Amino acid sequence: MKRRDFIHLTGMGLGAAAMPAFGRSVSIEEALIPVDTVLKKRMADTALNSAKSKGATYVDVRIGRYLNQVVAAREKQVQNISNTESYGMGVRVIVNGCWGFAATNNLTTDSIAKTAELAVRVARANAKLMSEPVQLAPQKGYGEVNWKTPIIKNAFEVSIQEKIDLLLGVNNLALTNGANFINSQLFLVNEQKYFASTEGSYIDQDIHRLWPTFTVTKIDRTTGRFETRNALSAPRGMGYEYLLPDKSEEVQAHFPLYRNRYHILEDVRLATEQAAEKLKARPVEPGKYDLVIDPSQLFLTIHESVGHPTELDRVLGYEANYAGTSFATLDKWKTGQFNFGNKLVNFVADKTEPGSLGATGYDDEGVKTGEWDIIRNGVLVNYQATRDQAHILALKQSQGCSYADNWDSIQFQRMPNVSLQAGREKMSAMDMIKGVEKGIYMLGRSSYSIDQQRYNFQFGAQLCYEIKNGQITGMLKDVAYQSNTQEFWNSVGAICDKSDYRLGGSFSDGKGQPSQVSAVSHGCPTTRFNGVNVINTGRKI
Amino acid sequence: MAILTKEEAKALLAKVMAFSKAEECEARLSGSEQGNIRYALNAVSTAGDVSTLSLFVSSTYGKKTASASINEFDDASLEKVVRRAEELARLAPDNPERMPALGPQDIKDNPAQFINSTAALTPEKRAEMVGQSIKAAKEAKLEAAGFLVNTSGFSAMMNSKGLYAYDKSTNVNFSVTTRNADGTGSGYAAKGFNDVNKMDTLAATKVAASKANGSVGAKAIEPGKYTVILEPLAAAYIMENMFGGFDARSADEGRNYMSKPGGANRLGEQLFDEKVNIYSDPFHPDLPGSTWTGEGQPVNKMHWVEKGVVKNLGYSRYWAQRKNVAAVPGPSNIIMDGTNASLEDLIKGTEKGILVSRFWYIRLVDAQSMLLTGLTRDGTYYIENGQIKYPIKNMRFNESPVIMLNNVDALGRQERTIGTESGRSLLIPAMRIRDFTFTSLSDAV
Repeated sequence: MKRRDFIHLTGMGLGAAAMPAFGRSVSIEEALIPVDTVLKKRMADTALNSAKSKGATYVDVRIGRYLNQVVAAREKQVQNISNTESYGMGVRVIVNGCWGFAATNNLTTDSIAKTAELAVRVARANAKLMSEPVQLAPQKGYGEVNWKTPIIKNAFEVSIQEKIDLLLGVNNLALTNGANFINSQLFLVNEQKYFASTEGSYIDQDIHRLWPTFTVTKIDRTTGRFETRNALSAPRGMGYEYLLPDKSEEVQAHFPLYRNRYHILEDVRLATEQAAEKLKARPVEPGKYDLVIDPSQLFLTIHESVGHPTELDRVLGYEANYAGTSFATLDKWKTGQFNFGNKLVNFVADKTEPGSLGATGYDDEGVKTGEWDIIRNGVLVNYQATRDQAHILALKQSQGCSYADNWDSIQFQRMPNVSLQAGREKMSAMDMIKGVEKGIYMLGRSSYSIDQQRYNFQFGAQLCYEIKNGQITGMLKDVAYQSNTQEFWNSVGAICDKSDYRLGGSFSDGKGQPSQVSAVSHGCPTTRFNGVNVINTGRKI
Repeated sequence: MAILTKEEAKALLAKVMAFSKAEECEARLSGSEQGNIRYALNAVSTAGDVSTLSLFVSSTYGKKTASASINEFDDASLEKVVRRAEELARLAPDNPERMPALGPQDIKDNPAQFINSTAALTPEKRAEMVGQSIKAAKEAKLEAAGFLVNTSGFSAMMNSKGLYAYDKSTNVNFSVTTRNADGTGSGYAAKGFNDVNKMDTLAATKVAASKANGSVGAKAIEPGKYTVILEPLAAAYIMENMFGGFDARSADEGRNYMSKPGGANRLGEQLFDEKVNIYSDPFHPDLPGSTWTGEGQPVNKMHWVEKGVVKNLGYSRYWAQRKNVAAVPGPSNIIMDGTNASLEDLIKGTEKGILVSRFWYIRLVDAQSMLLTGLTRDGTYYIENGQIKYPIKNMRFNESPVIMLNNVDALGRQERTIGTESGRSLLIPAMRIRDFTFTSLSDAV
């Protein structure tokens, strides 16, 4: 689902906004029965054979059923309940060394064949403007295989009533604790994807994601000030089990934080208190601070400053007109000595971590997923690549980073999970804070912006606590940190151990033209950064 | 066929209404045909053609409402989607804010939105248009990356109270980034039109190429407050962020920059410099738009800011009823008045300042003051004594468009430009702004 469609579904009073750009109705019973793989194989073979007969030297077919459910509540009322489904096929071909693509939701044999032919025609037209032919890394066919997100409780099976009760319970708790406004939402995604290619793979996958979230607003009528506090949940590649509280999945820091199970009611209770506290917070004095950053904020800085600059298509210039290019150029990588960060800094890319948004069995060009180092002991050692990019890194096979957000989107290189590895010495967030003389403890994603080559960035947080001489002394407001990626990751002072490691994530990361979204997680423990520049963002109009 | 005529769409929606058993039913049908071509490193990277048609049904019992959608159109599927919406609606709790559907409305056609030649663009013609862009980049010894996309689409809605609305439109957007081989210069151009005959990919690429070659050798200057001249492309991106605030409900609730202490909103207040005039008009010949909202309300010309005074805020039908005022649909398109001054005139009249070609990655920092952060890119120049002196390194800004529109020194000529993140077209002038706040330098080119 495109981000704008989720926004429509969330924000609209029913019948009050533009409709989403796709959709077929979903009954829950229907959604639980995947389309017969025999039928999908037959449709895929029609497209493969049709494109090959018209001169394609490579063909892949994706038949996708994309289910979404949104439940959104504001204060005491449910604003929206919506089920949507999108079902169709995308065909990608290589003709004369050039890519072509076409898609259709009309899955008759005749329409499939015509769509495959249109993809061939598009490739042929574009081949005239090609500079060098596509080189695909070798990829074996897997035959007929399948993969499923290892969920415990399918969120689509949970009744609408239970979801309504959950969100209205969240809202009620916020209002009775003094919130002026509360918006809560639950987003569910199920991608039922079938992939087939002329390499001989027929891959059936069933992928689940969910994201429970809310925003509490607190207003001081006399001063006209208002503050919000968003949920500290993470979007996850999980089932409804994520919403079943479990003490053993709590991390004890300044207040309880959550690993693989999220206590939404406890979080909204705290959020309401904290929104009120934000109204009384002291403005930050600009200057250099040691930052202690919780995974609920740091994941986003990782995403922007490490995930994006190591996307190979950006590095090569393929995203120059939209998402940008990268400072992490191939010449720096080739030295084998480029200090992206200091020796404490190790980033691993993966498409396999359980519960993560990026976890799949195979990518969208039929490559089995895995994990690999991106930054080792601070040094840039690798990137993120697809089949047609692997040769640039002298890789013998693709890293499995191909993804399309719908059957009608062209698959291309998307970010795998990119995660900061935990420190080896035992250390909790509170242990870390004890060692800080002048610092700020930051939690929760807020404002974020980074330049097109990923040097200069500015991030805010939901919650900022002043640290003086090893103690949290109160809340600060108008805080944002500005830094340069290489300088920032070279300022790492300490990383908590794996017991503090948690996943954050982006449910709808944008890239490509036409713009596509993807979902990706970033794991990390609480991390200390020494001497980072902090500005005060308070302004009056 | 994704583009249904007014009559075809009406017949299909009438069939949907006939299946409804709910107290109220509303259905919307939309379709589009989109063709695109993307290129980078002076060669095509991807291209595609996508056609979609979908139906969205919303059913209501009393104050209970829910929705479902479908992309199959045989009678059984149509009935199924209606039943699904009805089943979900029965499960929904009462929504006290639910407003009854509108009856028939006086909605005017706006045929200027749909241009046949845009709808008829072929993959071959798109490749040819991109070929011109690549040729211009090569001639300037630059590498081009760009995107050309044309869309033709229609929307129609009908409800069980007899309202029917339809429109169709075309659009073509083109953007190109040109960079030199060693990565020390970068330029950009973007244009969007309803009519493909107005789209000149060669001319746009030449503008981008001149920015790229003109930005080589950038010098660092100290961040701080500067007079800036924002080209329309830069002004549009920063301005676009502020119109969500023209909403009476969130203003009255005390949670946007249009709120005043004590609970009132800023309607009628002089919030901007008196040179600022902003309105929406779907019938403007240079920016034709849809003439009805998703609820079927007619959209007409509406003034938002006159001589710097907030003249109107959007009122949803629910909030209008609560406040006992007429409902006002939010800004449908954005048109800001300019002057006859050219960009060169603005530069000539600047003693010391910075010319900004484009902004990048603008995000909200503080909703209270509408403080935004983002960066310059693709051609940032230092101006002294009315002349461009040299290119400067890019900088991060922290500035509010509300404060910025209080510091308007001069406005230039209005032009149709694009919000570089939204892809939406706006009519915006170049503007010279005093005391624009830059907070750090960036190494990015």
